[in-house]
Amino acid sequence: MFKFVVRRLFQLIPVLLGVSILVFAMMHLTPGNPAKILAGQGASAEAVANMEEEMGLNDPIIVQYGNFLYDAVTLNFGTSWKSGLEVSKEIGPKFVVTVELALYSTMLSLFIGLIAGIVSAVRKYTLLDVSIMIIALFGLSMPNFWLGIMLMQWFSIQLGWLPATGWGTPEQIILPVITLGTAGAAVVARMTRSSMLDVISQDYIRTARAKGLKEGIVIYRHALKNALIPVVTVVGLQFGLLLSGAVLTETVFAINGIGGLIVDRINARDFPVVQASVLVMAVVFVFVNLLVDLTYKFLNKRIDLD
Amino acid sequence: MASGHSSTEEMAPKKIKKERPAVRAFKDFYHRLKKNKAALVGGYLIIFLILVATIGPFLTTDGVNEVNYTQKLESPSTENWFGTDHQGRDIFTRIIHGTGYTLLVGFLSVLMGGIVGTLLGIVSGYYGGKIDTVIMRFMDILLAFPGILLALAIISILGGNFINVIIAVAIFSIPTFARIVRGSTLATRELEYVDAVKALGAKDSRIIFKHILPNVLSPLIVQSTLQIATAILTASGLSFLGLGAQPPSPEWGAMLNDGRNYMLDYGYIALFPGLAIVLAVLAFNIFGDGLRDALDPKSKK
Amino acid sequence: MSEEIILDIKNLQTVFRDEDSEVRAVDGVSFSLPKGKTLGVVGESGSGKSVTALSILRLIDHPGKVEGGEINFKGKDLTKISDKEMRSIRGNQISMIFQEPMTSLNPVYTIGQQIRETLKVHQGLGKQSGNEKSVELLKLVGIPSPEDRIKQYPHELSGGMRQRVMIAIALACNPELLIADEPTTALDVTIQAQILELINRLQDEMGMSVIMITHDMGVVAETCDYVAVMYGGKVVEYADVKTLFKDPKHPYTVGLLNSIPRHDIDVDELEPIRGSVPSPKDMPKGCRFASRCPFATDLCVEELPSLDEIEDGNEVRCWIYSDRWDGDPEVKEHGPKRTS
Repeated sequence: MFKFVVRRLFQLIPVLLGVSILVFAMMHLTPGNPAKILAGQGASAEAVANMEEEMGLNDPIIVQYGNFLYDAVTLNFGTSWKSGLEVSKEIGPKFVVTVELALYSTMLSLFIGLIAGIVSAVRKYTLLDVSIMIIALFGLSMPNFWLGIMLMQWFSIQLGWLPATGWGTPEQIILPVITLGTAGAAVVARMTRSSMLDVISQDYIRTARAKGLKEGIVIYRHALKNALIPVVTVVGLQFGLLLSGAVLTETVFAINGIGGLIVDRINARDFPVVQASVLVMAVVFVFVNLLVDLTYKFLNKRIDLD
Repeated sequence: MASGHSSTEEMAPKKIKKERPAVRAFKDFYHRLKKNKAALVGGYLIIFLILVATIGPFLTTDGVNEVNYTQKLESPSTENWFGTDHQGRDIFTRIIHGTGYTLLVGFLSVLMGGIVGTLLGIVSGYYGGKIDTVIMRFMDILLAFPGILLALAIISILGGNFINVIIAVAIFSIPTFARIVRGSTLATRELEYVDAVKALGAKDSRIIFKHILPNVLSPLIVQSTLQIATAILTASGLSFLGLGAQPPSPEWGAMLNDGRNYMLDYGYIALFPGLAIVLAVLAFNIFGDGLRDALDPKSKK
Repeated sequence: MSEEIILDIKNLQTVFRDEDSEVRAVDGVSFSLPKGKTLGVVGESGSGKSVTALSILRLIDHPGKVEGGEINFKGKDLTKISDKEMRSIRGNQISMIFQEPMTSLNPVYTIGQQIRETLKVHQGLGKQSGNEKSVELLKLVGIPSPEDRIKQYPHELSGGMRQRVMIAIALACNPELLIADEPTTALDVTIQAQILELINRLQDEMGMSVIMITHDMGVVAETCDYVAVMYGGKVVEYADVKTLFKDPKHPYTVGLLNSIPRHDIDVDELEPIRGSVPSPKDMPKGCRFASRCPFATDLCVEELPSLDEIEDGNEVRCWIYSDRWDGDPEVKEHGPKRTS
């Protein structure tokens, strides 16, 4: 197991380097001169040249990348072109908000998705199963920003039960988490159902029945534990999707997270902030996936030992 | 025991219908698709959407950007079925005109991403070795940007407009295609007949187009359909953020963005464009699910 | 057959249905099993032998269903009792072992947990006493160092060892009837012999009755007292094992015997049965074996023969033994013969 962890960590290095190169390239692929943007409109040619020098834009590209990578590893992303604040200080607290939102939504997805999936599988081909699967299909097909708007209209404006915007109090958390978690719950429900159906047709389930066990015990003790193993793999993917889906949810609910920040700064062409935000999200996603991979391997080691 | 042969030999030829395997496979597939009612519904919905996109704009009486401030923010009525927006434009008309944008994003981006991803996947799976490692590592890197994030990063480089959204969503779907096609290519390459064809001295290009491609086709078709649904969702999200199709374009996500300041008080402004998105995404999801059931030998009962 | 009958199946019907097709996997099967004896149920895959076994324990999954007939176990009809009563019989009075030892144990529980589970439901044994009994059972089925084995997971054991564990689970509650569904098919030849020997030995020690489901006439010869030969969802011949091997009546039985190597007669080549089992979706209306039978006449193709007792305790479903049959007079006189 230890060797496996080390090997997987080494495998991450090229991916992380690739991610950093892509993010670094973002600024250089963009048409227009960043020094001009920063120097401001109508700046003199001399001012722009000074700015270029200051930003290191005249260094060889490999040196620029080296500096970028060093800065990234030391979490020094420079200063924002828009606010003039240190980038790491600006995105830090916002990132916490986004991770909270994604985490709560993942938990909601899992909770609802697992229950719905199990019920669907146990009651396969009944009206209940069909209804759950139709709802899941809708959940999967709804744009989360639209769901957010609809929920806000109903629960905040019409009924006045919950606040329409912001993040922090328990009341403020409910609507965004439902908004973001619905699609995930649908994915988990579909996955759980098919995994359960797969397991229920296995030979060892027949063995369990042949022992004279109650159907409930057969399902919950023998089937579920096996069925959950493949579901683990979608959780990491879900977390990543929810992390990026937060961009839309945060915009709808005016939540002060990293998603809203990215959109704001793309429009303002504030590259240090956009670069840093994208980089941080990708790196977090890569590590969450590693964690899921290791969990899967750990749960599955009894089945497959190679 | 020799006396019994005749009976079995007489029966045998009747049972074997002479049909080309491709034809039989297609008939078999069509038969199972027909049995899958959900898939049929999805298919009809898609045809309906295509009709709306192509014929619809000629049937509407209002202009798509016909501003009329005397009629702004009117609730749905017999005259304006889905109401009017803050500039007095008829929402129903705009949704009809927006259908084309939505389908265009879906089809074009998946077509582009599908072609590039399929090529990469086939090359990767067929040649293996270093090429495979390099391509797949690159796909891993693209996949490290989850969901809409990759599209956002691309938009931040290219700038936000409708064409760039198509490009961004196309790039965003490349890794998914590459992975699936690589998997099927690997599986096909293992088949003995490919070895046999190779031993006969067939060229790589011939093997790929004649033998590998037909085998990766069914997972490819299923993935394309489901990917169109994802593409529509992503593109409408980008437009909603103001990073895609720009107002006054009747793209559905852009309509939602356009009406953001009014939609809390006038619910129908958000309701109908959103429902249109749900309908389109649902159509492709249902159809894709049905195709998978019909094409996937594992789900044969 | 003056012995006490422990299991008596009458006209069993098990049907699999979906929207547009129905498959009569078991179509009117009848046989009985005397206490303490072994009955072999023989047939090719698709003959309905495994479905018959699963029907006895009511383990047929949706969309399959037992739609008719009786399964009398110690005078009680298993098709009529409640689910709860059926559960108390499964794994307790009637146990079953399966063909695939590699997949028949739950991968996420230890061997000990899986044996204890049966002991707990039927005998209420706790962890401590359950463990002791498990070790005892593993010893009984010939597993070395059982104290260590009960802590292991299935993947840590070989196929033969896993089948021994399955047998241990099956025997945990001293069942009166053991149903073994092709217990050795998936195993190596050397292991096969050991497992069969183990089942034989335990049967003698515990006085169980056994239903041995197999496609292998060699297994039948080694383990069985009586044999029911199945084809196309029906029993085509029932006899005691000596009669069956010495004087097989049904052409299909003859074919089965001809397709195995024999030591007592020198044959130049094995004669496999030509053709294959008809699709259960469109069973012929006449004798199911007619399309492959070397002696088939129009009567065989048109009309289904009934299962009749033609000698004491020897039942055959074949037109050859009827007055209405007008095929080869030679065959009618001497019956279908084994290759010689």
